[in-house]
Parts: sequence; structure tokens; C-alpha cells
Amino acid sequence: MTLQAPTGVAVGPGHPVVELIDVSRVFDTTPPVHALRDVNLAIADGEYVSISGPSGSGKSTLLNLLGLLDRPTSGTYLLDGIDTSDLGDRRRASVRGQRIGFVFQAFHLLNTRTVLDNVVVGQIYNRIPRNERKPRAIAALERVGLAHRIDFRPDRLSGGERQRVAIARAIAHSPSLLLCDEPTGNLDSATTEAIMALFEDLHRVDGLTLVVITHDEAVSARAPRTVNIIDGLLTESA
Amino acid sequence: MIAGSRFSFVDLVGESIAGLFSRPGRAILTILGTALGVGTLVATLGIAKTAGNQIVTRFDALAQTEVLVEPVSQPGARRQSVIPWDAGARLSRLNGVEAAATLSQVPVDGLISAVPFNDPLRQTEFSFNVYAASADLLASVRGTMATGRFFDEGHSNRADPVAVIGPAVANRLNLTRVDQQPAIKIGERIFSVIGIIEEVAREPSLLSAVVMPDGTARELYDLGAPAEVHIDTVIGANQLIARQAPIALAPNNPDLLEARTARDPREVRQVVEEDVNSLFLVLGGITLLVGAIGIANVVLVSVIERIGEIGLRRALGAGRRHIARQFLFESLLMGLIGGVIGASAGVLAIVGASAYNQWTPVLDAWVPLAAPAVGAAVGLIAGVYPSLRAASLEPVDALRAGV
Repeated sequence: MTLQAPTGVAVGPGHPVVELIDVSRVFDTTPPVHALRDVNLAIADGEYVSISGPSGSGKSTLLNLLGLLDRPTSGTYLLDGIDTSDLGDRRRASVRGQRIGFVFQAFHLLNTRTVLDNVVVGQIYNRIPRNERKPRAIAALERVGLAHRIDFRPDRLSGGERQRVAIARAIAHSPSLLLCDEPTGNLDSATTEAIMALFEDLHRVDGLTLVVITHDEAVSARAPRTVNIIDGLLTESA
Repeated sequence: MIAGSRFSFVDLVGESIAGLFSRPGRAILTILGTALGVGTLVATLGIAKTAGNQIVTRFDALAQTEVLVEPVSQPGARRQSVIPWDAGARLSRLNGVEAAATLSQVPVDGLISAVPFNDPLRQTEFSFNVYAASADLLASVRGTMATGRFFDEGHSNRADPVAVIGPAVANRLNLTRVDQQPAIKIGERIFSVIGIIEEVAREPSLLSAVVMPDGTARELYDLGAPAEVHIDTVIGANQLIARQAPIALAPNNPDLLEARTARDPREVRQVVEEDVNSLFLVLGGITLLVGAIGIANVVLVSVIERIGEIGLRRALGAGRRHIARQFLFESLLMGLIGGVIGASAGVLAIVGASAYNQWTPVLDAWVPLAAPAVGAAVGLIAGVYPSLRAASLEPVDALRAGV
């Protein structure tokens, strides 16, 4: 399959996909919780970055911001050069759908639909023409090594296979950014190894921009670039 | 320029159907509620229409050929009859009249008996109504004779003391045969019985009465004028004859006569339909309301169960309105399917009831066509609140809460 960048914004190698500039996120509880403090982060096209940290450190908040599921309290977030801070709910949804692929710890598959349907559903909101969806889904499933499971229901698959379906769904529409939230949290070590190998392959061969958020040091260490987050502060490890 | 998310109608239908079929059992039970409501409504409208039509058909046979002419009751004054003795002959000349006859009550003194002696062990004297009538009475009330014959004009002209008796009278007087012309006593006067009535379609009081010719009543009892005229018309002519009869009978002052007919069939049909409708439409409406609450409840439960799916769809690029639209459409689909099933079941119920009663099923064509729309509207309304709930979920919370 060809992983083309979405039309609209010119994206070249080395062009920053993600730019966080002085981003803070404060939750209006009493007392207020400073989940992220003046975070600056740039992720270039084709980079593979892991974000690690203990629970409560602000990992999930950062992921929600990167995935346009949440808004920063202050600061600027540019995705593919688009300033997302000004966008309304609708625009954020469409940017999210077209430019970001999500992989969740809990897979979030529709258990009453086939594997193929699950990957097709990932494209219905993205203005991808109907006749392109199935070929794209099949190509993505082949890419993750699940071509033989196309007509299965997700609840008949192993955990590793389910996560592969979720990855196929996340890459089928050729996103600018693949966001993975604890992708191996529900998997055993052998399966974790296979999934991590798949990520590395997607990064190296297909040039996908990959952000993996995890609390697992071993998983985190496999990324070429590792960012730590503790108490809402980012530190880049060498 | 950012291209907005899309959720085409085809995708909407596909996703909604897939959503419904993910829990088929629940969807079927929910659909059943609407189906029952819509079915009740359709069956009610149809059965009311069918029954109304049926009643009209029955009325046609008898009541729509009947006209009764009476003097107008004048307040204060004693009722003065202006009906002539030849009323039957005059009316027979009108086009549309099958038979016409006068009928009057005869004031008699004393009781009626068949035997000339007093039996101490049994009652032998009875009190019956005594009528005077013209010769065509039997035809104008559509009666039949059990035995013997009805009197004719000759009897009347000669003022013969003859009588025809109803079956109830015959029974009490122990008369079964008239070939010997048995005699009965009315007060002190003797009459010979020349016939026994078997059945009358109208004026059932004749069944327990003694009837004598007009001429006899005038001669023996000084009867002044006929009290009323019974007319049997051809079908459909009754309203016309009702307008013409007073003029034919009393050309100088037709206002003194009043012709009565059965009610207009269309009016009767409407009354029947309204009676049936008002009761069962309320029932159908309540069923439909319960069905709507059922749909609302199931869709709400479905929203709560599928929070994770909602979060996922938001992550895949669905806007709030796409989420709302999907749940709304699922709800609408359940209502629509319920409406289609209900309309079919309702029509079957009408046909079944008609077949059982040997009626002709009648149903306005728009009813089964509008029924699915009603179902869909119910589903749509029921789905509004759950859909808004689904749309209001924050994607972060939805993803965290559901799997």
C-alpha cells in the first residue's frame, strides 16, 4: 500500500508533524491540577518517539492533547503546521480523523463486526471514497500480517491479533501521526515483542511518524528517541 | 483549509443497521412495542370502517325501504288525523312505492276470547291490541301468513266482521287452523278469524295483535281517520317518498303530516366509526406511547453500553452530530420496522376479523401507507434524548469509560 500524506498541507521529510509550544494543561479542580507545565516538543516527519513516565505524570493528558481529544489551557499546538488551538469542535474532529491514527491499550474493536469491517469503519468519516475503503483495509491488514483473518470476529482473535487489527485500522487512512496509548499494556511479553517489531517496521519501512506512550521501560527503550514526563514536565533523554 | 469530516447517508444507514443487528434480540423486542401500537391503530381504523360499512349494508335491506307517515303532533291541540281512508291507493300510484297501508289502533271495550264459555280452571279472556288496517298492510310491513289469508278490500267495503291475528294471539287462544273460520269474541262482538300471521319484518306489535279491516272498524267502532300509514318502497326511494307522501295524502295541508325514515346511512356509518374509533384509538395511542418509551429506553441503554464505541468513533473523526445522527437513525429504523410490521399485522387482523364475521374488509388506503411513517416518527422522537446524550459525551471520557 502507499502511505500518502493527506492533501492540504505540504509535508516533506524533516518537516515537523507535531509542534508543542509552551503548552500547559490545568484541570479546574480544587486545588487545580497542573497536568502539563510549559511543554515544548517537536516531532519531525518520520520520527519514532516514545513518551514514558509513571502513572499520574501527565502521559495521558499529553496523549489527549496530541490526539486533539483535549485542548491545552495555554500554549500552541501545531499539527502538520495547522494551528489547532483556534479550531472548533467540528474541525478538530475532522483533523483528528484525517491526520491521526489511534492505537489503544484496550483495542476498542467492534466485536459484532468482522475484522475487515472494523478497518473499513476507521475510514468512513475521512472523506475516503467508498470504493477505496475495502482495498485500503485489505492492504492495511496484509501489512500487519492478518490477511487470513479478514472474516473473523475480533472476539475470536488473540490479544496480539486484536492489536494488529487496531493498528491496521489506524494506518489504513494514511495518517500523519500514529498515536499509541500503552499499546502493549494488555499483552504478554512474546506478543509485546511482536507488536514492537511491527511498530519498528512501520517506522523504518513505511516512514510512519510514531508516538508511543508507555510506562514500560523496556518498551520505551526501543524507540530511537525517548521523552520522559514527570509531574507534567518533559525531559528528553539522550 | 481543512476538509470537514463526512458521514454519508449510505454510511449512516450501514452503520445504523450494523448497530441494530449487533443486538438482534433486543432490537426485535423493542420493535415489537411499536409494532403493537401501530398494529392496534391500523386494526382499529380498519375494523371501525369495516363494521360501519357492515351496519350500513344491513340497514339498507330493511330500514332504507321504510317510510312511516303520521300526523304532526301539535302542542296543546288534540292530534287530528288528516290521513284519508284511501291512503294506500293514493300512495301506490307514486313511483317507488311497493306497498302502502293504513294502520290504526281500535278502541275496544272488553277482552278477547275464543270460547263462548267460562272455564274456571283457565284464563280464557285476554287483552290484546286491536288494529284496523287496509288490505295492503301485510306487504307494507313485509309480513307472511302462517295459515289462511289476509283480508282484502271486499271485506273492508262490506264491513265484514273478520280478523287476522298475530301468532302470539293464536297461541294464547289455542287457534292453529283457520279452515273452519273459528270465531273469537272482541268484547261482545263476534269475529271470524281468516288468517294467522307468521312473521313481520316491521311493526312487531302486530305479532300480538288482532287486525280487522278499516271498513269494519269504521262501521262497528266509529273509527274517524287512520292513525298512520306504513309504506314499503324500493331501495333508495325512501327519502323521495318521504317528501312526496304528505303532499299525496293531504294536498291542502301537507304540513300536518310528518314522514319518518331511517337515518341517512352515511350518518349512521359515521356514528359507528366514531364510537369504535374513540375507544380504540386511545388504546392504540397508549400502546404507541409505551412503545416509544421502550425505544427511548433501549436506545439510552445502548448509548451507555456503547460509550467505548462512541469514543472510538470520535477518535476516528466523527463529529458530535455524526454520533447523534447514528443513534437517531437507529431509533428511527426500529420505529420504521415496527411500523411496517404493525401495518401488516393490522391489515391481517382486519382481514381475519372480516373473514370470521363474513364481512367485507374496508380500509382507507392511506392507513397502511401512513402507518410506517407514524412508526418512524415515534422512533425519531424517542431517539432524540438518547442521541443528544451520546453526542454530548467527551471523547476522552468516552474512551476511558468504555471498552
